[in-house]
Amino acid sequence: MTAPKTKPGLLFDGADWDFNSLKATYDAIEDIAINEMGLDVYPNQIEVITSEQMLDAYSSIGMPLMYHHWSFGKRFVRDDAMYRKGYQGLAYEIVINSNPCISYVMEENTIGMQTLVMAHAAFGHNHFFKNNYLFKQWTDAEGILDYLQFAKRYIAKCEDRFGFDAVERILDAAHALMDHGVNRYSHPEKPNLAVELERERERAKYEDETYNDLWRTLPQSDDGPEDLDDQNRRQRQEQRRAQFGLPEENLLYFLEKNAPALQAWEREILRIVRNIGQYFYPQKQTKVMNEGCACYVHYHIMNRLYDKGLISEGAIMEFIDSHSKVVFQPEYDDRRYSGFNPYALGFAMMQDIHRICVLPTEEDKKWFPDIAGNNDPFATLREAWAHYRDESFILQFLSPKVMRDMRMFMIDDRSSSPHLEVGAIHDDNGYRNVRRALARMHDLSVREPDLQVVDVDLRGNRQLYIAHTQHDGIRLDKAEAELTLGYIGQLWGYGVTLQAIDNDTGEILSETHYTPEDLVSA
Amino acid sequence: MFHIIDRRKNPKGKSLGNRQRFMRRAKAQIKKAVEDSIKTRGITDIDNGDQITIPGKTLREPGFHHSGRGGDRNYVLPGNKKFVPGDRIARPNGGDAGAGGSQASPDGDGEDEFQFVLTRDEFLDIFFEDLELPDLLKKSLKQTTAFRTARAGYSVEGSPANLNLVRTMRNSLARRIGLRRPKTSDIRALEEKIAALVAENEGDITPTQKRANDATLKLLQAELDEAKRRSKAIAFIDPIDTRFNQYRQIPDPNTQAVMFCLMDVSGSMSEQMKELAKRFFMLLHMFLHRRYEHVEVVFIRHTSRASEVDEETFFYSRETGGTIVSTALEEMKRILADRYPVDQWNIYAAQASDGDNYSNDGAKCTALLAEDLLPKCQYYAYIEITDEREAEIFSSAEGETALWKAYAPLVHGRNGRFALKRVTKAADIFPVFRELFAKNKAEARI
Repeated sequence: MTAPKTKPGLLFDGADWDFNSLKATYDAIEDIAINEMGLDVYPNQIEVITSEQMLDAYSSIGMPLMYHHWSFGKRFVRDDAMYRKGYQGLAYEIVINSNPCISYVMEENTIGMQTLVMAHAAFGHNHFFKNNYLFKQWTDAEGILDYLQFAKRYIAKCEDRFGFDAVERILDAAHALMDHGVNRYSHPEKPNLAVELERERERAKYEDETYNDLWRTLPQSDDGPEDLDDQNRRQRQEQRRAQFGLPEENLLYFLEKNAPALQAWEREILRIVRNIGQYFYPQKQTKVMNEGCACYVHYHIMNRLYDKGLISEGAIMEFIDSHSKVVFQPEYDDRRYSGFNPYALGFAMMQDIHRICVLPTEEDKKWFPDIAGNNDPFATLREAWAHYRDESFILQFLSPKVMRDMRMFMIDDRSSSPHLEVGAIHDDNGYRNVRRALARMHDLSVREPDLQVVDVDLRGNRQLYIAHTQHDGIRLDKAEAELTLGYIGQLWGYGVTLQAIDNDTGEILSETHYTPEDLVSA
Repeated sequence: MFHIIDRRKNPKGKSLGNRQRFMRRAKAQIKKAVEDSIKTRGITDIDNGDQITIPGKTLREPGFHHSGRGGDRNYVLPGNKKFVPGDRIARPNGGDAGAGGSQASPDGDGEDEFQFVLTRDEFLDIFFEDLELPDLLKKSLKQTTAFRTARAGYSVEGSPANLNLVRTMRNSLARRIGLRRPKTSDIRALEEKIAALVAENEGDITPTQKRANDATLKLLQAELDEAKRRSKAIAFIDPIDTRFNQYRQIPDPNTQAVMFCLMDVSGSMSEQMKELAKRFFMLLHMFLHRRYEHVEVVFIRHTSRASEVDEETFFYSRETGGTIVSTALEEMKRILADRYPVDQWNIYAAQASDGDNYSNDGAKCTALLAEDLLPKCQYYAYIEITDEREAEIFSSAEGETALWKAYAPLVHGRNGRFALKRVTKAADIFPVFRELFAKNKAEARI
């Protein structure tokens, strides 16, 4: 059989792909991405996998190497069932923030789809990973695969030595706290295999002589509580806080360093989960930007390929079909609605920035004097991709036009009122309010509860004090919180107290003590 | 720099370890689901895996999250059609529905229920676990007895003895048509025509006619030469036409078996007792199914009368009435005579009962068993299902039931073909089954 005749000039025709056409297509995409759009990417590695392998990859949060845990199995079982029943398709691609940047493509995809995927993942996401400040600061693309390899081996070794149950117990607890295993403000060290190995060796070496702050600071007999006046007490508390570096927002870090009863290997596992949580932290803050960037890039590249006569009308039709499914935003009263679609919002905003740069209206000139009409959309976008995260990006770039196009409106939900109230809509009076509210919705520090370790009762029963700072009266989900506190209690080994503190007044709203026994039953 | 790597050959099932851990974790729920599923599925389906559903909340992965209710918050929604600032909207039920994605659980929807398919092995593991099954059963089931030769399509090579003429000739014909090999009859016709013309030329004809004939002759001759050349060049039968019958040895799990399930369904048998009986019958069915290519199941239930019924009725309908066990044995005898000649069928029977019987019936049962049934059966197992509370009483000799008393003497001198056991709870089923069908015993008989 001979290959189907390709019309002159076209990179491919029809649906089938082979490695040659893939290569030729990649080169054509690269030309546009690098030379026309000025993207700056890690070297690419495209890996062709089957749909089954894609399901596997899904279940280990998209990473090629991951330690084993039942929750990944749960994800696999669910995705597998959904996929088999046809409720859910598979992603066309998975891309990994590593150097080289690995993109998985499925063999079942048509060549048109592979083109889209390469433009989207191998250039869009890749550029974003390499250039966004959060990724630069928080992740180490060079080292992540080595580190995951280390983590996988380490945890497998622990399972061998200490049994599945013991490891699972620690991992469950660590996963429950993963969102709170991140240093939000301070600059974290990046995981580095060589350093990690060295540190682990040292830790093992000193395992027996583990030095623990807790024991050193056992109360002296001469200063019983009755001897202390208030000021004295406060002073001691300050001392203690300083000693433990409190308050500490990184709960996992605190437990890893200070929980009295943990074994060295248990601490190591906490550290692993913490490091992985840290690695994914930028992704959580840049969903709109990351997907928007990838969509914008693939949209531009596909259209350029078509304009240059490199892909056929059939291919561009296929592309438009899948593209519009990806960036579809159901309206709030649609049954399919489940929040803002980061692809839709990101893509709409980036297309709009492009428009503002090239064809600004009077309104745009008023709203975006810096960029309106600068005629260099790529440079403008590259700047935005590099220096913003979702929240600040929306605050800076969401234009009235996008708000109008998506017909955004803001709801005020006050617990004191029996009704919801429409606070603002897409009109002159509302734009800024809508924009601010939408940005806040994408602010991780608003979305995730603010929890910190504030104190340890060294004097009495070693109760650990965790404070939840309440903003605007929004409480924790009680049932979930109790289960999670149970995990903290397991790691800490003693009781835990949860305080709810009002952000505005600093007043302690409630304080719930959990003894280790409470926590076991929870 | 750019690489494409083909990973399709990489091992899949990388998440097998995760799946196993998940199964371990969810074991209690899965076990319950398997038990429920056993209740609803037929005996003959037990050998397949199954789709089971377990509640998602039992596999919760908690974390600190904001409550969906209370507090003051703003959120932005897309798709405004009619609202202006200041409009009031009634709170949707639950209060947090409007919050949409921003407040949704990070695990997404679909947390309520998990539906997934257990593989056959996973299913059986769990099914047997309850029955405390050691590896023994599986091992003893794996051996196959004989091989049978079965046709397995055609191949392009083989021994001449297996040449399939029809296929070969069909291919040959197709090829000859395809390559336009002249037929022998065509060549003969040409030769005849030439001969006729030559004969005509030698006869008395005009020179014009002769010239015309010569021209035709020349053409015909050329045509003939071409035809001969082609028929030489294109073989009548070419090696590529040949097809050979192919045979494969397939394991033949020894002919066929029939399994009689006899059960007392009178009011004294509770649902739970029937459940136990069902498990026993399921095990028996699986066991036989591995040994025989073909297993039939006959359900006979009885009160004071016996009848053959389908599985559904057998397990799930309730009848009341007295208990006359011999009616069931009579029925089995009748069916055996009707449908299952002893020389063609391996016959197994399992009888489940709570042991009650009409007082004068015992002797009749013994006689029926001893004279008619046992000689024909490979194995006859009697399982007496008793209430747990009563179990203690029955452990003493005085507590023996009417049926037990009647059957007990048969155990001796029947070449191990007859056995009786008591079962009180699910966990008993397998040990009893194993005892009844222990490897050496079963092997000696089959």
